[in-house]
Amino acid sequence: MIISFLKSREAILLGALIALILLVESRFSGFAMPRNLAAVFNDTSILIILALGQTLVILTRCIDLSLASNLALTGMVTAMLNAAMPGLPIVALLAVAVALGLIMGAFNGLLVWKLNIPPIVVTLGTLTIYRGIIFLVSGGSWVNSHEMSAAYKALPRAQMLGLPVLSWIAIVVIAGFAIGVNRTALGRAFYAVGGNPGAAVYTGIDVGRTRFSAFVIAGGLAGLCGYLWVSRYAVAYTDVAGGFELDIVAACVIGGISIAGGSGTVLGAVLGALFLGVIKNALPVAGISPFWQMAISGAAIIIAVAFNARKPPSRIILKHAEARS
Amino acid sequence: MSLAPPTPTHAPPAGRKLPNRLNGRSARVLKSWEVLLAVIAVAIFFANTWASPYFLDPWNLSDATFNFTEKAMIAFAMALLIISGEIDLSVAGIIALASTAMGWAVQYGAGTGELVAIGVGVGAICGAFNGVLVTRFGLPSIVVTIGTMSLFRGISYIVLGDQAFNGYPESFAFFGRGYVFWVISFELVLFAVFALIYALVLHGTNFGRHIYAIGNNPTAATFSGIRVERVKMALFLLTGLMSGIAAVCLTARLGSTRPSIAFGWELEIVTMVVLGGVSILGGAGSILGVVIAALIMGMVTFGLGLLNVPGIVMSIFIGGLLIGVIALPRMVQLLRKGRLT
Repeated sequence: MIISFLKSREAILLGALIALILLVESRFSGFAMPRNLAAVFNDTSILIILALGQTLVILTRCIDLSLASNLALTGMVTAMLNAAMPGLPIVALLAVAVALGLIMGAFNGLLVWKLNIPPIVVTLGTLTIYRGIIFLVSGGSWVNSHEMSAAYKALPRAQMLGLPVLSWIAIVVIAGFAIGVNRTALGRAFYAVGGNPGAAVYTGIDVGRTRFSAFVIAGGLAGLCGYLWVSRYAVAYTDVAGGFELDIVAACVIGGISIAGGSGTVLGAVLGALFLGVIKNALPVAGISPFWQMAISGAAIIIAVAFNARKPPSRIILKHAEARS
Repeated sequence: MSLAPPTPTHAPPAGRKLPNRLNGRSARVLKSWEVLLAVIAVAIFFANTWASPYFLDPWNLSDATFNFTEKAMIAFAMALLIISGEIDLSVAGIIALASTAMGWAVQYGAGTGELVAIGVGVGAICGAFNGVLVTRFGLPSIVVTIGTMSLFRGISYIVLGDQAFNGYPESFAFFGRGYVFWVISFELVLFAVFALIYALVLHGTNFGRHIYAIGNNPTAATFSGIRVERVKMALFLLTGLMSGIAAVCLTARLGSTRPSIAFGWELEIVTMVVLGGVSILGGAGSILGVVIAALIMGMVTFGLGLLNVPGIVMSIFIGGLLIGVIALPRMVQLLRKGRLT
């Protein structure tokens, strides 16, 4: 088992991640200190959660480009609710955020499931629609830090057992995914649907419903992240997390989630997100202009995808069959 | 020559129906799609005329064309690429890089001719880079071009940071602000010429037929003697080239270069292509559809702008149009069958 792990792309990615951290540490000591690594993890928490949601969607051969818009809209709604009714408990706001995210994910999922519209088209449309709705509900105005209640801003920062709650939420989501994806029927169905939709139908899996579930889960997580993002940065405006949808996809791709569906792991997605997070946090430490970040993550995506390029399994099986006959 | 690997983004065809989308029933559906689009375009035209007294003015209409000409030039090449079963999300990144290269050259006193050559050349090089990654290394184009999108625009950010290039020569402005005749701008002429060329290439040449064949079934196309990789390489190169040309026009029109230039255009251009009836799964579509879709998007943006509707709200309309135009016929179909319960 250890040997098979060492051969896996996750091990290679983990090695690359450690090498990257050590490289930064060798030049600027203190980067690899546990306290700093915990800060990097905390800073990457939202990306990790979203990348895990996206992983489910990509596993089923779909893609969700609307996650960042979903996040921005739910974040704006919770911020406005909080500004209007400071007495509303945070639990209620969290429920609103997740419910709103679920609804937006379900809308994507229904269009893909019932109307059979290609997911990239659906989410390209809802990407602009969801973000446009932010402007409609907010009138283009900002919700600033002083309009938010102290409790609203405190939750992600609150310390628990040495880590901020934001980190703990990410850890809980990672654990939930590790169990859910590997140990439940629905989790395996995501792989089956993406690996071979035709075969999945014959094993009794409802392909459309499974894809719908993936969109709903990803949407719910995006809603949760909407609250976390806005409360963490303590500001809500129309362009929150603009362009972040592609960072999420990038984290998945670097993590070895095959865009062709059916292949990828929870660990991979987490490592992919952390890889981007470490780069983002290492640049200012190394005194490199933050303007380098975009080109570096672009190059990382290309290298990662070139590295992960493997032929689809079905073709390999056929090749083996041909070779034997 | 080895077998082409199956395109991962290409979904398996439903059922066992022959994948012939060139003639017969599906061709009629496509025609009715263009008719539907044309009806929508006319309706929007009349709605705009009715809603604002400023709409039906030759100069205003002429200004409105700038909303879509540059995007549509890229959309034509993108349509071919999507019909062949690939996609290029890096087009806006290419614009940023090409524009940055031109702005950099201006600092060293490049003239108008050199600027155009640099812009178009950088575009072509970027397109070739995408093409090599996809065809030589067999990587999925959607991922490659998400990567190069960041890479190309990222280089612009490295060069420019929060600065801007300007000081473009007077004569250079013609490409973005020049008029050929009365209200007919240079960009509009370019748009019309490219529409004609691309329609001829796609619908009237062997190369165009090859694109459809590849999009419908790359393996069958390989066995029919089509050089699949070479055609795809040419299409990526073409898309980069068109992005370079669009970069020349846009830079000339704006008169300055910032790294955020044309941000988010890739999604608008894909929307334009899909709205125009090109199947995102490849194998079907027409240039006429893309032209009408470009006109629709341009008119919607301009008409709502005259009514002081902010740009972000227009994007709701465009997004809704994209989903609605595709969803409505399917919903009607489902309702008829009584399956939408």
